[in-house]
Amino acid sequence: MTTNALRRNGSKGQAGDKVFSGAALGAGILILATLLAVAIFLFIQALPTFTADPTLITGGEGFASYIFPIVIGTVIAAAIALLIATPVGIAVALFISHYAPRRLAAGLGYVIDLLAAIPSVIYGAWGYLVLAPALVPTFQWLAANLGFIPIFAGPASQTGKTILTAGIVLAVMVLPIITSLSREIFLQTPKLHEEAALALGATRWEMITMSVLPFARPGIVSAVMLGLGRALGETMAVALVLSTGGLIPSLIKSGNQTIAAEIALNFPEAFGLRLAELIAAGLVLFVITLVVNLIARAIIARHKEFSGAN
Amino acid sequence: MSATTTRKTPNDSRNVQNPPPVARKRNSLAKGHLPRWAVPGIAAAALILGAAASTLGGFSVATLAIYTAIIFVIASTVITTLVEGPRHGKNTLATNLVYAAFLLALIPLASVLFTVLQKGMPGINTHFLFHSMNGITGAVDNASVENGAPVLGGAYHAVIGTLLITLWSTVISVPVGMLTAIYLVEYGKNGPLARAITFFVDVMTGIPSIVAGLFATALFAVLLGPTARMGIVAAVALSVLMIPTVVRSTEEMLKIVPNELREAAYALGVRKWRTIAKVVIPTAISGIASGVTLAIARVIGETAPILVTAGLANNINVNVFGNWMATLPTFIYYQILTPTSPTNVDPSIQRAWAAALLLIVMVMVLNLGARLVAGLFAPKKGR
Amino acid sequence: MSKRIDVKDLNVYYSKFLAVEDVNIEIEAKSVTAFIGPSGCGKSTFLRTLNRMHEVIPGGRVEGEVLLDGDNLYEPGVDPVTVRSQIGMVFQRPNPFPTMSIKDNVLAGVKLNGKKISRSDADSLVEKSLRGANLWNEVKDRLDKPGSGLSGGQQQRLCIARTIAVKPQVILMDEPCSALDPISTLAIEDLINELKSEFTVVIVTHNMQQAARVSDKTAFFNIAGTGKPGKLIEYADTATIFSNPSVKATEDYVSGRFG
Repeated sequence: MTTNALRRNGSKGQAGDKVFSGAALGAGILILATLLAVAIFLFIQALPTFTADPTLITGGEGFASYIFPIVIGTVIAAAIALLIATPVGIAVALFISHYAPRRLAAGLGYVIDLLAAIPSVIYGAWGYLVLAPALVPTFQWLAANLGFIPIFAGPASQTGKTILTAGIVLAVMVLPIITSLSREIFLQTPKLHEEAALALGATRWEMITMSVLPFARPGIVSAVMLGLGRALGETMAVALVLSTGGLIPSLIKSGNQTIAAEIALNFPEAFGLRLAELIAAGLVLFVITLVVNLIARAIIARHKEFSGAN
Repeated sequence: MSATTTRKTPNDSRNVQNPPPVARKRNSLAKGHLPRWAVPGIAAAALILGAAASTLGGFSVATLAIYTAIIFVIASTVITTLVEGPRHGKNTLATNLVYAAFLLALIPLASVLFTVLQKGMPGINTHFLFHSMNGITGAVDNASVENGAPVLGGAYHAVIGTLLITLWSTVISVPVGMLTAIYLVEYGKNGPLARAITFFVDVMTGIPSIVAGLFATALFAVLLGPTARMGIVAAVALSVLMIPTVVRSTEEMLKIVPNELREAAYALGVRKWRTIAKVVIPTAISGIASGVTLAIARVIGETAPILVTAGLANNINVNVFGNWMATLPTFIYYQILTPTSPTNVDPSIQRAWAAALLLIVMVMVLNLGARLVAGLFAPKKGR
Repeated sequence: MSKRIDVKDLNVYYSKFLAVEDVNIEIEAKSVTAFIGPSGCGKSTFLRTLNRMHEVIPGGRVEGEVLLDGDNLYEPGVDPVTVRSQIGMVFQRPNPFPTMSIKDNVLAGVKLNGKKISRSDADSLVEKSLRGANLWNEVKDRLDKPGSGLSGGQQQRLCIARTIAVKPQVILMDEPCSALDPISTLAIEDLINELKSEFTVVIVTHNMQQAARVSDKTAFFNIAGTGKPGKLIEYADTATIFSNPSVKATEDYVSGRFG
């Protein structure tokens, strides 16, 4: 009953469409499958850690007491990084968006992006061979003059390979993340708000605190969270820079350890239960960074809905 | 009207062509403001005081800069507050701190680049570029230090490993990433699956690189046994890091392609997949290519995932499907952390910096390449 | 090389929203038919259903029949790609492919479908189509230059050349002159008059003088209010619509007494 002339050759060439859309769909599903596989395979390989006799785990007291100090170490290193990188990063973003001459601004943005492009192992090498020795006098001064504060308790490390050094290297690495995201949001501040503030006779700084920062606050928060995610997961800077050890409060002595560095340092020689332990540690790191990133994304997503109103 | 403005007769105000010569009197609007020379003046004073202060406790450029900066910030804030009032004082303080933060951020960048250039240049020579570490033992290094002979051993094997592993991860990531982006923009629209993929691509962006490495190891351990370490495992690990970047940049670029072009093609009786392949992608190709190049630049410097997937090799291995492989980042890492000769570390350190220089050059070339590519393939405009 | 279109009881939807309701219209072969009406009355939406471009928009669907010389466009098993190669379309804003030269733009419909075409055939098709679009003399010396380098009016004629190169039966034009200056508009209007000898032309326009100048028959669409579906109010010879319409709303609209 093919009376309809339009149906002739109807299916010719439709195979191409099917193959192509199928491939696109398949690629998308592959990504979902990969992520699921990350979770499943890590879990399978980590499983022996949770079932094994606690005395066989490194430290001899089970996985929880093995992982706890290095989780804290990870948090300390990331916290130092953020304490430094957040104010500097925001200030640099402000410099590029509101202070630097227009013609320079784009180029400066590119310079900051270069910071992000340098491989982490080179930052690690720099921290190990340049920054750590350079910080030794400062650490000794801190130990001598502020040693009564537990975080600066002496005697200071003679090599400078401390968690504070690692934190500073991490700060350099997360700075471009915070700067580039904040800068984008600063540039989106409605010109009307800025001009309204200036027309009231506000100084530049008052204009920024009145109109730019309130507008950008959710964006800054999520930028910092993304930076935190990076700082928590960064491996090389810590593995190379930190002279590891048990959990201690002093930031200027050797000691402390982070999850990522623990894995990198021990993995090449690990086998059997030790391997499972390290993979379990990786799983813990995965979950922590996942939560941090999800919070950051949630903040961005909520912010998106409101930014259109301006 | 203030006394400083010159009085004008009504006729004068029309005479805009020839304004009366302005007397060297200060404008009333400039009253209560610091004169222009105030900033350089305070800076010069701060420099002198800073120099004096730094000589007290052992002179160095670093202390000079720090003292000068601190004195300048405090002095200019105080003086502005006194002359112009506290609001302007705060403004000056904020301005100074913002400038200081920017200069502070430049220090590590400058220091890293300077160090790598200074320490890397001596190690770069044809021997380094075209020889592996095969047969280079602690004894060889000791000998070259004792005899003052040139350092032997190079990063040829690591360069080959870096290129091969990056190539394979690109081969895996680009089709998967591009097709996913095509699905998201052209097919999925805003359906539940598309939203799920977008969400999980975001999640993937945040995976720490070492976890990506562990995943690839775990995957191949299940498939091939626990000691499967080779180039392709590293390539899979890097793909996990690269795919989300490729998806993101491709998605952005496809979204920019105007819908009118798609409709124009459909209206000519062109099939959807041909429209995508021959109209949409060519229009967006410059942005996609530059995004892919940046993604390559990002993974080429990754160390942690290689450490746990490709092992370490001292010899040349061009087979990604068998045996351990070295890359430049792991080469740097091991040369620093476990020097070839524990007693004479200098040759290892020199090799590490030379490799670092090589790696930075690669990354910078890729970054610049991305910019060039973006311009080169851009749709031609004008006549 | 031209066919008639008969539309029977057509309802056009965006998801659940009924955009155009119950259209019945017969469009003669080798004639120019103009659709006029206020903004948002659904005339462009309706035009896009005539070559199944409406369904490209997510949620776009129709009920009813559109017959091309008796063959239903919306019969199950009909490939929209076949429909579109027989019923071409020119859009409101000129949209030459930015990555292609003038020549490749004309050949786009052939080449993008992967059909093999010999060099000489391609050259003669390019010349014929560009002559058909009154563009040949202006671009014959720069066929390899990008199409985006032409003026707006030239770009629109390039798009028409691109459409007729596929050798369709019908050409749909969606406000083809609204982005052009008066001189370019005149050139397109002259072209429409010539196209009539070979193709069935359907044109949507906001400009009533244009409808009066170029079309044989005119359809007036209107909408009762926002949120209500658009409807075909009156369809007759252009002369009748503009001088002696039978519906009050049509008269109000063409005489400019319409809000």
